[in-house]
Amino acid sequence: MRYLPLTDADRSAMLETIGASDVDALFADVPADHYLTAPIEGLPLHASEMAVEKHMRALSKKNLAAADAAFFLGAGAYRHHVPATVDHMIQRGEFLTAYTPYQPEIAQGTLQMLFEFQTQVARLYGCAVANASMYDGSTACWEAVAMAGRVTRRKRVVLSGALHPHYAETVKTMARFTEDQIADALPSLTAKPDNAGLIARIDDQTSCVVVQYPDILGRIPDLAEIAEAAHARGALLVVVNTEPVALGAIKAPGELGADIVVGEGQSIGVGLQFGGPYLGLFAVRDPKHVRQMPGRLCGETVDAEGKRGFVLTLSTREQHIRREKATSNICTNSGLCALAFSIHLTLLGEKGLRALAAENHRLACIAADRLAKVPGATVLNDTFFNEFTVILPADARAVVRKLADDKVLAGVSLGRLFPTVDALSGGLVVAVTETTTEEDIETLGRALEEVLS
Amino acid sequence: MNAPNQSGWKPTSPVAGTADGANTVTGNKALMLEEPLIFEIGNCETTGVDLPEPDLSSNRLGGFERDAEIGLPGLSEPETVRHYTRLSRQNYAIDLGLFPLGSCTMKHNPRVNEKVARMPGFADVHPLQPVDTVQGALGVINELAQWLCKLTGMPGVAMTPKAGAHGELCGILCIRAALEAKGDAREVILVPESAHGTNPATAAFAGYRVENIPATAEGRVDLAALKARLGPDVAGVMITNPNTCGLFERDMKAISDAVHAAGGYVYCDGANFNAIVGRVRPGDLGVDAMHINLHKTFSTPHGGGGPGSGPVVLSEALCPYGPLPFSEFHADGTLTLVEEETAGERHPHSFGRMSAFHGQMGMFTRALAYILSHGADGLRQVAGDAVLNANYILRSLEDALDAPFGASGPCMHEALFSDKGFAEGMTTLDLAKGLIDEGYHPMTMYFPLVVHGAMLIEPTETESKAGLDQFIAALRSLAERARAGDETLKAAPIHAPRRRLDETLAARKPVLTWSEPEVAPGEPSLSEQGGS
Amino acid sequence: MTRYFTEDHEWIEVDGTSATVGITDYAQSQLGDVVFVETPDEGATLTKGGDAAVVESVKAASDVYSPVSGTVTEGNAALEEDPALVNTAPEGDGWFFKLTIADASELDGLMDEAKYKEFVDGL
Repeated sequence: MRYLPLTDADRSAMLETIGASDVDALFADVPADHYLTAPIEGLPLHASEMAVEKHMRALSKKNLAAADAAFFLGAGAYRHHVPATVDHMIQRGEFLTAYTPYQPEIAQGTLQMLFEFQTQVARLYGCAVANASMYDGSTACWEAVAMAGRVTRRKRVVLSGALHPHYAETVKTMARFTEDQIADALPSLTAKPDNAGLIARIDDQTSCVVVQYPDILGRIPDLAEIAEAAHARGALLVVVNTEPVALGAIKAPGELGADIVVGEGQSIGVGLQFGGPYLGLFAVRDPKHVRQMPGRLCGETVDAEGKRGFVLTLSTREQHIRREKATSNICTNSGLCALAFSIHLTLLGEKGLRALAAENHRLACIAADRLAKVPGATVLNDTFFNEFTVILPADARAVVRKLADDKVLAGVSLGRLFPTVDALSGGLVVAVTETTTEEDIETLGRALEEVLS
Repeated sequence: MNAPNQSGWKPTSPVAGTADGANTVTGNKALMLEEPLIFEIGNCETTGVDLPEPDLSSNRLGGFERDAEIGLPGLSEPETVRHYTRLSRQNYAIDLGLFPLGSCTMKHNPRVNEKVARMPGFADVHPLQPVDTVQGALGVINELAQWLCKLTGMPGVAMTPKAGAHGELCGILCIRAALEAKGDAREVILVPESAHGTNPATAAFAGYRVENIPATAEGRVDLAALKARLGPDVAGVMITNPNTCGLFERDMKAISDAVHAAGGYVYCDGANFNAIVGRVRPGDLGVDAMHINLHKTFSTPHGGGGPGSGPVVLSEALCPYGPLPFSEFHADGTLTLVEEETAGERHPHSFGRMSAFHGQMGMFTRALAYILSHGADGLRQVAGDAVLNANYILRSLEDALDAPFGASGPCMHEALFSDKGFAEGMTTLDLAKGLIDEGYHPMTMYFPLVVHGAMLIEPTETESKAGLDQFIAALRSLAERARAGDETLKAAPIHAPRRRLDETLAARKPVLTWSEPEVAPGEPSLSEQGGS
Repeated sequence: MTRYFTEDHEWIEVDGTSATVGITDYAQSQLGDVVFVETPDEGATLTKGGDAAVVESVKAASDVYSPVSGTVTEGNAALEEDPALVNTAPEGDGWFFKLTIADASELDGLMDEAKYKEFVDGL
């Protein structure tokens, strides 16, 4: 077996040192009636690298890869071009095969990268402090809700109807067990987000209001108005962002009064990968809330010779020390994805991020104008970044299914996201990035015209 | 004679002398290169990508344009490559050497796993594509799920949890949902004192009160004490098996039977499944739920702290309560996804969704490639060699280091030592830092909490005997220095990129983001310099 | 003024119905460098043996219990800026909080300085 260095002679010599007759004797504490003496039946035996590749390639080919289609899916996962440098650097063994940096003297590479990452995220979000990452955007969203409860000591949570439904479901699942009361809603198909309706749901028992920016329909809500209303009631504003590239074009949530900003970082540096692993981002505007934050934090310090260095810090918030009183049970972060994000954002820099965002928006405007010309279809949004909602005169889900046969992946239907709500079934969320060509847009326009005629 | 050395090239011979004080202008020391932060070397006008720069003056951003500088420095591509390459060289890694972190399972990460994960059919598919365009991706999930079920002897598995602790939460929520379905509200989860910190944190997060169960002198769960505590208020137990002292819980089946008889459920922390894969099935021991860290047992890379992946195998009793979504295999060979839409019909008792999308697909492809490489026979050998290597370390060093449970029988995949016998003032930390100078990553220190100055060593199966022999020799020498009170150990490490770091300062005055140092009046700021 | 000690290494100095609470020199030496202290809010009601404050070193966090029941009159604000006071002056400037004692009889059974010293020597 190519991954096992021991030879039979090694094994014999080692058993002699140990004083055991054979390897099975080392499992003497396993009750004999439960000890397996042979490989489990009905499972394949070992295989060569070539055979494994062949098997996996066959499975891979049963999928329609985005590159092989006219591709318009978003709704929490976006297809951007990732420079070759990113994937090359994250495969350096010193990053790929390192552990959590618990021994800082020999983990400065990971630690310095995390310190840079935290600063990048804090600046992107307009916040004071960001952590070293969470599992993904949806779990970060729940952690923000839980943190708001710790800060305000309140248990009532108001979710915007235009929050990604997977995120809302994740929060609702967890809240059932923590006895937080969740007030949720459905999105209204209006050109502007329903801020007035959201604000009316905030009361004096509300711990936080959770708003997505841009929202699940692609609209850009006025956060300042919501922040003011929340703060007037002593509630926190939690802002969720699923498309960080947008923050190269639109104002940072922290600037607009968000108290906790969380989101999905996948767009920058991390590929689609059928939904995971992704990258949860988590930041707070007010540094005094740091001790209530979940997850790892990297901080600057000096070594015994006075040289600058970095360590994991404020660990007493965490499970391995605080156990049942920890701020979260989270143990890992999403380190390698954070590295990919940080490298990609370093390659972009401010100039590149702004150019990338502008190019996304330019193409999205072209797409919105083109799809508005499809007979029977209307574009819902007044505002958007790189994603908008088209209302079709048909069940959008069936349309998406049909167009896939012609290698047009038209978008995410609201029927897929909100399966039981008939009023939303005509909605199609269309995302456009720098990877979309004007030909792709025309292909989608024509395909919709054909299927709707 | 003619010119005795025209070129002037003389072979050098090492000059005896101190290397100390050989300070360089750059602060670098040959291959040990200092690297500033991106904020110190980059600037907002530099970029390492070529992109069009369209005019945004006419836009549909609703007046929310971001006008103020964000403060994100950029680097050109060569500078970027160099920055991260230099950083990488300040890291220890499995690719460099033995990484004996107990309970963390730092084994070799095969590169074919990386190759298959990057196949476009896996890397470049969106989680919300129509299901018939992702049959291969669902196929990977389904095939891996079948392996996990057969290897554990359990009927079902929840694939979506994103890491071990997320898996624990999944298992405990299944238990809570199952009890609630019976109208049986219970309040307490029992956890051994030696458990991972995630266990009590998880139980508390799920709304339970945590009570500790004591261990016996030989390092195993005290069955009598556990039985005495069971009752109608106990929802379940969380047991790590093999446990964090490196021992197999001999009484696991009896524990399960007692918990079931009292109406509770058994959660098994599967962090150490790599020790028993192919040799014992947790399902045969009465376990109701167990997470499997794909990054431990099945070799997906740790990546400097994640991402992980923590599928949870479930017993018949808990399967109905597992999370959404999951893939369902049909007789005609097709796969469908059960999400919120069809849950009412297909999976009505689910406790709900734990995260967006379908789990850590990138980890599933890697884990499946690893499992296929080993096969049922190879995986059994994996556990055998992992346990053999750990026992070899235990027995080779128990005369030099105190092994608190050395008399409790063979260890499993990790060997546990303590600081007993060290000279006054010498600590586990000193020994660990000494290992750094010897070229090793230290073992897990001060865990489990129940052993003073604990050192938990997990070599894994991917180390050679020669490699272990050298490690044993290094550790023996360090143990002797610690017993003798060799004060020079207090200065270790002296050869690492950094000496011991001031963690007190970091925690008392946290500096968690970079900010521009204040400059004296009249001097240009860093960003002004960089922008020129 | 009389000073009492608990088996959990808190001290309480009593002056009539008011009292000051902190952790002992032995406790701070076990913790190592203290990096953070969370003191109770003014007006908080504490019960004997219940959680009152949190003290953290780099690698450990401990709850501090109230030696008696009562109402908090002041938390030591100086610890927020300078948690190291707990190390340098645990039984002086590094005090945690002051409270009004609800039931003086709860002081019975606490140790005096000599007894506490004996207790610590036996650990």
